[in-house]
Amino acid sequence: MNGATSLGIAGKTARGPWVIQMPFFALRRFALTFLFLAVCSMASEAQSAFAATTLVHKKAPEFVRTDLDHKRLDLNAYRGKVVLLNFWATWCAPCQVEMPVFVAWQRRYGSRGLQIVGISMDDDPALVREASDKLKLNYPVAMGDVKLGDLYGGVLGLPMTFLIDRHGKIQAKCQGETDLGKMEIRLQSLLSSR
Amino acid sequence: MKRTRIPQLAMTAGLAALALLFGSLHCPAQYIVSGPGSALSIPQSQLIQPEALNHVLQTKGTEKPLLLQVGSHLLFDEAHIPGSVYAGAGSQPTGLQQLQSTVATLSKKKAIVLYCGCCPWNRCPNLGPAFKQLHDMGFTNVNVLYLADNLGTDWVAKGYPVERSH
Repeated sequence: MNGATSLGIAGKTARGPWVIQMPFFALRRFALTFLFLAVCSMASEAQSAFAATTLVHKKAPEFVRTDLDHKRLDLNAYRGKVVLLNFWATWCAPCQVEMPVFVAWQRRYGSRGLQIVGISMDDDPALVREASDKLKLNYPVAMGDVKLGDLYGGVLGLPMTFLIDRHGKIQAKCQGETDLGKMEIRLQSLLSSR
Repeated sequence: MKRTRIPQLAMTAGLAALALLFGSLHCPAQYIVSGPGSALSIPQSQLIQPEALNHVLQTKGTEKPLLLQVGSHLLFDEAHIPGSVYAGAGSQPTGLQQLQSTVATLSKKKAIVLYCGCCPWNRCPNLGPAFKQLHDMGFTNVNVLYLADNLGTDWVAKGYPVERSH
């Protein structure tokens, strides 16, 4: 019997009452599919008419910058990892709330393939360095610019975060204040996918 | 043949329900920037809605207010309302000094509209101090553009005109 891929429900394919026929991996696949569809649903919500909205499910625009530690920051180098790309600024109150959580996520999920990348939209790098030290950021941060903002559809409001899967494709755009609990669930989902 | 019983079905349903909650990542209001310097300190009567400002700007023959962007210079370079001037980040002392010098020679009755749009209204650190600065300087005709989320969502995405710095 080809039960490995079947998804039965009680009253149809079950052998007894309240029993369903669903191998664990099929159950997992179903759940992940549902999660993926939910992500798609969110993405299609027209939060704005920015071009960035259309970036969801497309390849993340590549960029290379020099980070605050004078190291090369190449988005393409993180292919194979799940990337949380966060546009932020020192004057952005919601950003300051998110970033300690991102530090914890980098610590918690780094070994599973998470890489957080920060792009500061500040005007003054000195303020960014100060904030980076104060927040003990454990992920690379580079200064943003108009070109980078344009690449991501116009970063005209902060915070703005993109979740990029292991294949370099943007899976979600989070703008403004974000429910970090939901974002973490999404991250976990992306980290579980290969 | 493995069998999955009700608890596992319930788990799936739970996951599905959780997924449905993903409708939007926008979260409830928290982390409000409050106090005298908050945008919340600006009187409601001094707020102007995007549609109203756009109408003023598009109507020929009317005297246009001076538009001052008091947020990030980088965001200003990305996009700003045509004719507006960058006047320094209101949250920073140097920004307030720039604002002061920008309006130094103007009549105190000059119509001025401040805007920022860097982040959600309740969290904007720039507008409150900038508005207070102009008020303390004696300006009597200052309004503030109400951008609920940010410039992108509440101005650009609505099709109102923007220009970029060159």
